[in-house]
Amino acid sequence: MSANKPGGRASGLVFNPWNLVLLIPFIVLLTPIYNRQSPELFGMPFFYWFQFLVIIVGVASTITVYRMTKKAPVTRAQSETSDVDTLDEGSAE
Amino acid sequence: MQWTELIIFVLLFGLVTVLGFVAARWRAAESLDHLDEWGLGGRKFGSWITWFLVGGDLYTAYTFVAVPALLFGAGATGFFALPYTIIAYPLVFLPVLRMWSVSRAKGYVTPADFVRGRYGSSLLALLIAITGIVATMPYIALQLVGLEAVLRSMGFNASGFLGHLPLLIAFVILAVYTYQSGLRAPALIAFVKDILIYLVILVAVIYLPIKLGGWGQIFSDAQTHLTSTNPATGKPFGSTLLNSNNQLQYVTLAFGSALALFLYPHSVTGVLASRGRDVLKRNMSALPAYSLLLGLLALLGYVAIAAGTTPLVNNATGRKDTNTVIPELFNGQFPSWFAGIAFAAIGIGALVPAAIMSIAAANLWTRNVYKEYIRKGATPRDEAKQAKLASLVVKFGAVLFIVLIDPQYAIDLQLIGGVIILQTLPAVAIALYTRWLHRWALVAGWAVGLGWGLILLYQIPNPATKRAHFGGSALALDKLNILGWQPFEGSQVQIYVGFVALFANLLVAVVVSLIIRGRASNGTDETADSDYHVDEHDENLRPIAAH
Repeated sequence: MSANKPGGRASGLVFNPWNLVLLIPFIVLLTPIYNRQSPELFGMPFFYWFQFLVIIVGVASTITVYRMTKKAPVTRAQSETSDVDTLDEGSAE
Repeated sequence: MQWTELIIFVLLFGLVTVLGFVAARWRAAESLDHLDEWGLGGRKFGSWITWFLVGGDLYTAYTFVAVPALLFGAGATGFFALPYTIIAYPLVFLPVLRMWSVSRAKGYVTPADFVRGRYGSSLLALLIAITGIVATMPYIALQLVGLEAVLRSMGFNASGFLGHLPLLIAFVILAVYTYQSGLRAPALIAFVKDILIYLVILVAVIYLPIKLGGWGQIFSDAQTHLTSTNPATGKPFGSTLLNSNNQLQYVTLAFGSALALFLYPHSVTGVLASRGRDVLKRNMSALPAYSLLLGLLALLGYVAIAAGTTPLVNNATGRKDTNTVIPELFNGQFPSWFAGIAFAAIGIGALVPAAIMSIAAANLWTRNVYKEYIRKGATPRDEAKQAKLASLVVKFGAVLFIVLIDPQYAIDLQLIGGVIILQTLPAVAIALYTRWLHRWALVAGWAVGLGWGLILLYQIPNPATKRAHFGGSALALDKLNILGWQPFEGSQVQIYVGFVALFANLLVAVVVSLIIRGRASNGTDETADSDYHVDEHDENLRPIAAH
């Protein structure tokens, strides 16, 4: 298998800024913002329905990243060639 | 004996048994004598099958029984399962693709195979494999706890060996068709399991609140009960909201569990069985449908409080078994034919993950212990044969666990399992991106994380059940003791033990790497950068089940 695969497929670390969207659902780890009784929804404390709401945020974030990085032209990350790992004998098969 | 429930349960159980045997011929290859086929279903599952398989794998019967039981017993802290499964998918979205690609390119079957290839170290691979097997075994036993909770609610609540007999029969059947059909069996059964579970839960979360006076009434009943004094501890049971001492625990447990989720060997098995990267990406968006289900199901713990449900006394142990809360709720609130469907859903829900977990553990044993240390010249046919036998051993080990030893130990070990599987994160997940951490540093970090994690878990008491050790995973910061130094003395804020242990693990791995880099060999990396981007339609792709 050659290092540069046919069809312009990426190798090494590829970074796409859209991937940062994946961080948005992590707001569910900030308990102080939602650990409250009100406002209630259908009799459910805010604590519960807020977290249900973040499920939708999570789904939206993964769909966005999937869509936006689907056909993006992939480029080799600059750091890859200078990475210490490539100096190891096993990197090129 | 609940006859209507029992008849429906047996009929549905019979249906999945037939499916389990038929599965061997489903989208069959020429032969099942290769781990790519028996252990990974031919590496060709599409989006739908992967969704059912991984969903059936991660959201287990035990989860469905234990999470509501947590809310029933302690309130809001049990709801951590929701944020945990919300962040798990965005978290693993990218690394899982790299894991799939490199495994597809190199023919890896287990996470330990990857570690071996990445670092050229069979010792590190062995440590990862053993950690995986040890973490998985009690998890399989827990599926039996879920299944047994249902069987006892249906009236099979005898003491002694007779009480375990139905469980044993169910597991023998499961063992035989898993032996024959491999991963295809749970993949096919997962369809039935999930359709039943979705049906049951949707009906329950719509019907029960209407019957009991609405969610407002349920939450207020739950709050009244939870804030009353628990006679066992002299303190309240909990609350429907978090307090200042358990928020950090809530967050670190959710985050730690999310990090651990795809380190479990059975999750990796589900991922590697899929056809390509696109299938996985779509599933990262589709799997949260199960999180919604889990969140709704968790709230049934409060519904059970409002309905005045009391857990059964397990006649094998003589103690109240809170895991019977959900089965008992269905028993009390629904006509028996519907309770029968619900019980079948939970029972079959135990079979799918138990099958996948035993296959994953068998793959680890075969690839990273048997082939590496016992029979180096094993052919793919020998491997498949060995894995089939190992899957039987693993399952009967789990049954013996439940029958001979107190099921409480399975729950304790599962708790430990979550903490120790997290210690494989540097060697498996970080290694997907970089080889900067040295292989000996990984061994050192693993040993420290594992050892310290176990010590901390041992020191946690549980006043509610009057246990001095392994009482839970929430550590009061006050108890944090680093060689005599207590950085947070007096603090009652709680944190998840796995998180503390992982922190120590990473710290040791980084420090040791800095010291020994360049002085000791870091092994040979057999993977190339391009391997991490391989996809299903690439040219020159490694053939599946190549001998």
